[in-house]
Amino acid sequence: MKLYDYILSPSCYKVRLMAALTDVKLDIRPVDFHPGAEHRGAALMDLNPAGSIPILEDGDLILTESSAMLVYLAARAAPEWLGSGATEETARVQQWLSFSNRLTTSLGAARLHEMLLRPGDITELRSQGIAALREVEAGLVEQGLRGMRFLASDRPTVADIACFPYVALAPDGGVSLDPYPAIRLWSRALRSLENFIEMPGIHRLHELKPDPHIEPGGA
Amino acid sequence: MTHDAMIDEWYPVGLFSKLDAGGRKTALMGEPIDVARDAEGNARVTGGNGRPLPVCVRYGHVWSSLGAPQKALFAIPEADQAGRRFVDVGVVRVRCSPLRAVENFLDIAHFPFVHTDILGAEPHTEVQNYKVEIREDEVWATQVKFYQPQAAKSASGGITTEYMYRVPAPTCAVLYKTCPPRPSEWDVITLFVQPLAEDLCDVWPWMALFDDTTSLTDLIHFQQTIFLQDRSILENQIPRLLPLDPGMEIPTRADLTSVAYRRWLKRHDYTYGAQLVAQ
Repeated sequence: MKLYDYILSPSCYKVRLMAALTDVKLDIRPVDFHPGAEHRGAALMDLNPAGSIPILEDGDLILTESSAMLVYLAARAAPEWLGSGATEETARVQQWLSFSNRLTTSLGAARLHEMLLRPGDITELRSQGIAALREVEAGLVEQGLRGMRFLASDRPTVADIACFPYVALAPDGGVSLDPYPAIRLWSRALRSLENFIEMPGIHRLHELKPDPHIEPGGA
Repeated sequence: MTHDAMIDEWYPVGLFSKLDAGGRKTALMGEPIDVARDAEGNARVTGGNGRPLPVCVRYGHVWSSLGAPQKALFAIPEADQAGRRFVDVGVVRVRCSPLRAVENFLDIAHFPFVHTDILGAEPHTEVQNYKVEIREDEVWATQVKFYQPQAAKSASGGITTEYMYRVPAPTCAVLYKTCPPRPSEWDVITLFVQPLAEDLCDVWPWMALFDDTTSLTDLIHFQQTIFLQDRSILENQIPRLLPLDPGMEIPTRADLTSVAYRRWLKRHDYTYGAQLVAQ
């Protein structure tokens, strides 16, 4: 299974992360996105007329949408990541998979503008990004009230992997995550998963520090 | 704005290979500038009021200055050495002082914590003694040694890497490091920083390596990975400007290069992006 990949792309990272979590081996083909703009070159445009990456190739199957790639990896290797199949949960997974595109076009575009000098109205992109972050925060709080830690279920699903990277990298575009405690807890829960991998800007969790020593009988 | 000695220095303002006739609108020390390729194929840089600015093309980049440079751009002899591959890594914008971007590049103590499992790893966190000196009015750090799990794309396992650092201009640093495929030579990795404002810069990494096997894209991605791990740290440093007066920070022995760099900046009145009085 071959992934046309850019190390700094959050959408490519979604696929690398999902593959790591489900123990699927990817054949990584690096694409010179910046500064080379190889994704706009003839060879890759033939493969994906949208001119975007990631592109996932497996035999005759060519996928150009990252959410579809997450679903493909999960269906192949670890179906529990698709959710339990319960009616509401299935709908929530689909809701967040589609919603994740709003994170890409707001926070993702703000990040490209601030980091790699791509054009865009930064004030507008940040406003849209903050609106999307508030929806994620509210969604996680409501899930918490239902006794669930993740976006669609009480276990992580493809929905979480679809939304996590652009949320976690919001500060790269100048959007702070300080106001969102539920997002920070969710991020911590995802980063604690076995076989989690990081990307530049998403740091691994520090080792848990030992408990502070408290003298008995004090105060 | 007070006159700053930095006004007469050369700064990178674009990749020569990416220039076109349409031009690139950017800025240098607060002034809007335009960088374009003219009909003869030469680089042309224009200041905010339409005046032509000094230009030179070297190390893959276009260089310019708002003032009158007193000397030619610093030399990197390795740039003319046969057999090296020259890598234009591309621009990354960072909301930090241009001087902080250089200082971070000179630091090794953060490797195990920020570039975990690539340029460093716990428990190998000790920075051994190294030498710092001023050589022909440049800051040099030599005999820097550090254990690295994956020192370069061409390194296959952990090695103790030797480094030399050199600061030939206030916003440029050149790193010489052990070259895994060719032990008698040094790999050259540079950080060229374009100061847009005192707290905003465009960073143009560039490399001159001996590595005949790794693809160009892999080399670019390796360097971008390292630099993007630094970016979020740089954007959160406080104070935003680099303090040149002691009082706020207590350096340790591992910070010798940084101390020499700050003293050198102060002595030359290179203060764009610096904080002069401790607050």
